[in-house]
Amino acid sequence: MSFAWAKPYEPTSPFMKWMDQRLPVPRLVYGAIGGGYPVPRNLNYFWNFGVLAGLALMIQIITGIVLAMHYYSFTGGAFDSVERIMRDVPAGWVLRYVHQNGASFFFAIVYIHIFRGLYYGSYKAPREMVWLLGLVIYLLMMATAFMGYVLPWGQMSYWGAQVITGFFSAIPVVGEPLRVFILGGYAPDQAALTRFFSLHYLLPFVIAGVTILKIWALHIPGSSNPTGVDVKNEKDTLPFHPFYTAKDGFGIGVALIIFALVVYFFPYSLGHPDNYIEANPLVTPAHIVPEWYFWPFYAILRAFTVDFILPAKLWGVLAMFGSILLLFFLTWLDRSPIRSTSYRPVYKIFFWILVVDIMILGLCGVMPAEQPWIALSQICASYYFAHFLIILPLVSKFEKPRPLPNSISESVLHGEKDESRPYGLAPSGSTTAPQPAE
Amino acid sequence: MVRIIGFFVGAGFVFVLLWSLVVNGVDYFRNPPEHAAYYYFHKDPREAELPSDGMMGKFDRQQLQRGFQVYKEVCAACHGLKYVSFYQLTDLGYSDAEVKAIANQWATEVPSVNPDTGEAATRKALVSDRFPSPYPNETAARAANNNAYPPDLSLITEARHDGANYVYSLLTGYADANTYRNAEGKPVPNDAKPPQGLHFNPYFANLNIAMPAPLVSDGQVTYADGTKATKDQMAKDVAAFLVWTAEPTLEARHRAGWAVLIFLLVATVLAYMAYRNIWATAKRQVAVRGPLDPAFRERMDEAKADSGIAG
Amino acid sequence: MATVEQTQPRMPGEPTPAEAGDPGVRRRDFINIAAVSFAGVGAATAVAPLLMQASPSADVLALSSIEVDISKIQPGQGIKTSWRKQPVFIKQLTPAEIQAANAVKMSELRDPQTLADRTKPGKAQWLITLGVCTHLGCVPLGIGEGETKGDYGGYFCPCHGSHYDTAARIRKGPAPLNLHVPDYEFASDTVVRIG
Repeated sequence: MSFAWAKPYEPTSPFMKWMDQRLPVPRLVYGAIGGGYPVPRNLNYFWNFGVLAGLALMIQIITGIVLAMHYYSFTGGAFDSVERIMRDVPAGWVLRYVHQNGASFFFAIVYIHIFRGLYYGSYKAPREMVWLLGLVIYLLMMATAFMGYVLPWGQMSYWGAQVITGFFSAIPVVGEPLRVFILGGYAPDQAALTRFFSLHYLLPFVIAGVTILKIWALHIPGSSNPTGVDVKNEKDTLPFHPFYTAKDGFGIGVALIIFALVVYFFPYSLGHPDNYIEANPLVTPAHIVPEWYFWPFYAILRAFTVDFILPAKLWGVLAMFGSILLLFFLTWLDRSPIRSTSYRPVYKIFFWILVVDIMILGLCGVMPAEQPWIALSQICASYYFAHFLIILPLVSKFEKPRPLPNSISESVLHGEKDESRPYGLAPSGSTTAPQPAE
Repeated sequence: MVRIIGFFVGAGFVFVLLWSLVVNGVDYFRNPPEHAAYYYFHKDPREAELPSDGMMGKFDRQQLQRGFQVYKEVCAACHGLKYVSFYQLTDLGYSDAEVKAIANQWATEVPSVNPDTGEAATRKALVSDRFPSPYPNETAARAANNNAYPPDLSLITEARHDGANYVYSLLTGYADANTYRNAEGKPVPNDAKPPQGLHFNPYFANLNIAMPAPLVSDGQVTYADGTKATKDQMAKDVAAFLVWTAEPTLEARHRAGWAVLIFLLVATVLAYMAYRNIWATAKRQVAVRGPLDPAFRERMDEAKADSGIAG
Repeated sequence: MATVEQTQPRMPGEPTPAEAGDPGVRRRDFINIAAVSFAGVGAATAVAPLLMQASPSADVLALSSIEVDISKIQPGQGIKTSWRKQPVFIKQLTPAEIQAANAVKMSELRDPQTLADRTKPGKAQWLITLGVCTHLGCVPLGIGEGETKGDYGGYFCPCHGSHYDTAARIRKGPAPLNLHVPDYEFASDTVVRIG
């Protein structure tokens, strides 16, 4: 694990030596995020988003635990308990706005973090496990966010729960009994609300556990870097503390400014007004839409409008889940030995088309299910699946990449162009075979 | 193997999607859908320009008191305010004694139990109570209002898009469907005209609202502070009041927000300076040797030429 | 052989070669300390709402004061009502009970207080106390019609046998203090405001 030149932990004070011999937690921390963890020196700001995601998780857990002291998971009183938090509990309004907008903050950070991974090939060997664990966290986040949104028991809470649990009934044969089992009833009601509260409280701790596994998995090969070239020697790295603790501190400051702007001045901007109406099982809102972080998937779901062997609803559900599941196979779909898209000029074009495509899908997700949004979501969903399952394998097999830099330190010191070598040649000064990302 | 299966799955989804696109497209061009009346006649809310708007928004307590008076005299007969407690009215500038009087004299009484017989009864509201709803439940509310349910107003400005402006526009937006023309001069078609018991209001989502215009004339309410009670003024004041009922902590939020933002800006600037300080020696320091060595560069160029890769 | 000559980065706190001859110069790292201090202050401030939320909320505080109508209570009668979710005994004492309370010597009392100490001037017949035994918190008997009043004609706690007299002072049994008299005032002759 880690690199040969990593500084070992050397406690000086007698207490720390005593601690180190009995429960070496300080040693663990030192080796993970302290001076004992070498990190490539050329990381850009996109590498801040992992720590920011951890911060967002902590904010959600802390505010969530405190809010749970006032929330009442009874269908006849849940909405009222949230209003009590907003009006009567001292500082309750801050906690609620932070928790409510903190979920959006968490997803925004994680999406940028995922796109970083896609662009820089962080999912490639030897970091496949890091990528897979990250996707597990993403799925847990989606489940947690969905259940959390149900808790205030507003109109969108109730009808969102109806729609999402309705997906299960699309499964042939077992679908409807499964849906009733999940809800503990025929429609979202008291049973669903209390079990969602229990699971919503539990899952973030599961996320925290998987995050620890992910950091462990990452620290075996160490962090990747924007060039995708492996670390070769001490000159390529810097100790995590103080260099990246300082950079992360700055990044946290910037992120919190944006977060504070939303929480204190635009706290309603990301939500939906219908969730300020108490749940009414007999009245459906004019447009049921999930929160913004689910919009692209909602668009994919609604893009399938025509039965073709299978009913359209089942196609939509399969495609929606498929769009996330295919990411688990990304490492094996993309066979390019070059990690960073900076050196893959052909793939780069498709990457940016994908980014724009997903944003358009997001827009389609919030719009009503009418033309032209349906047509647009059909076109964009086609591209999404084509990109990962058809274009990416072909492009990665046939494209000619740009030359890579010899090493990280050379690319930092002199700029990448001056230092690059043609792919396939050994870096000068090394006696080992060429260094593709394998 | 993964790629082969993936290719077919991807091709499958793409095919079904493009098939749906074609079928929908053909249907669209054969039978183009018509826009509903909403499309032609619904109007977006007008700006009420309340003092609580914007990042520096504050409440005008005089206005809130006027708005409360409008609510009490015009709206409270049908609309509840169940998330507001009487003790919150001290926020509006009323004294404790005035709030106690308001609660005690509130027209609707609070449900309670007769202490002697145990039967359901009502009692006068206390300061610690919430505003009692005019109807005991939704069924009673609908029965008294031609099957329409007057919504509770505590959160109305948050429960409608652009809520404060919506309330203001709605209250001043009633029009005669027979003479109304939209911006393009189109008259209201017969099937969009209000049926018996409904009233035309282009700001309402369904164009025809069950509530008759509540503000019918200037001077409907006599303001305690002497302000002229035009319909526009009353609509603005009650909209401002309803912004307060939805979020009494708005001013605290803005105040805390500026304090937090300024603190964070300073802290971030300091953090950036510390970051640059720490990194000052970690970036570009080089001695002119190694890759800038002309001999090495020659070998590089040769290797590039050999393998036919452009630089 | 291509090598890159490069000095290793200087750790914060380490003197540069120029400064090495001048120990104690830490100018350039002051900014680090300033940044960390600011962050620390921010973190401490962020804890404030987390602690504040645990205080009683506004709706609980609104019930911290209640008004009770005492016009229906006859001399010798009492009512039990609820204040801050605890039982309160409001009793109108008979002249005989007042006399009995005043006749007790202070030296006999575990918790010496006169009846005058425990009532409002001019309203000595109105005894308002918490209905919570000062031993371990049970609700004593004696306020209702027919309930046993104990050996001293006041209240009797059945849990461990504490006897209170007509002024609700402890006379016998394990309770250490007299029944607590909450803050109250007469809003009028017929209405008492407690709390």
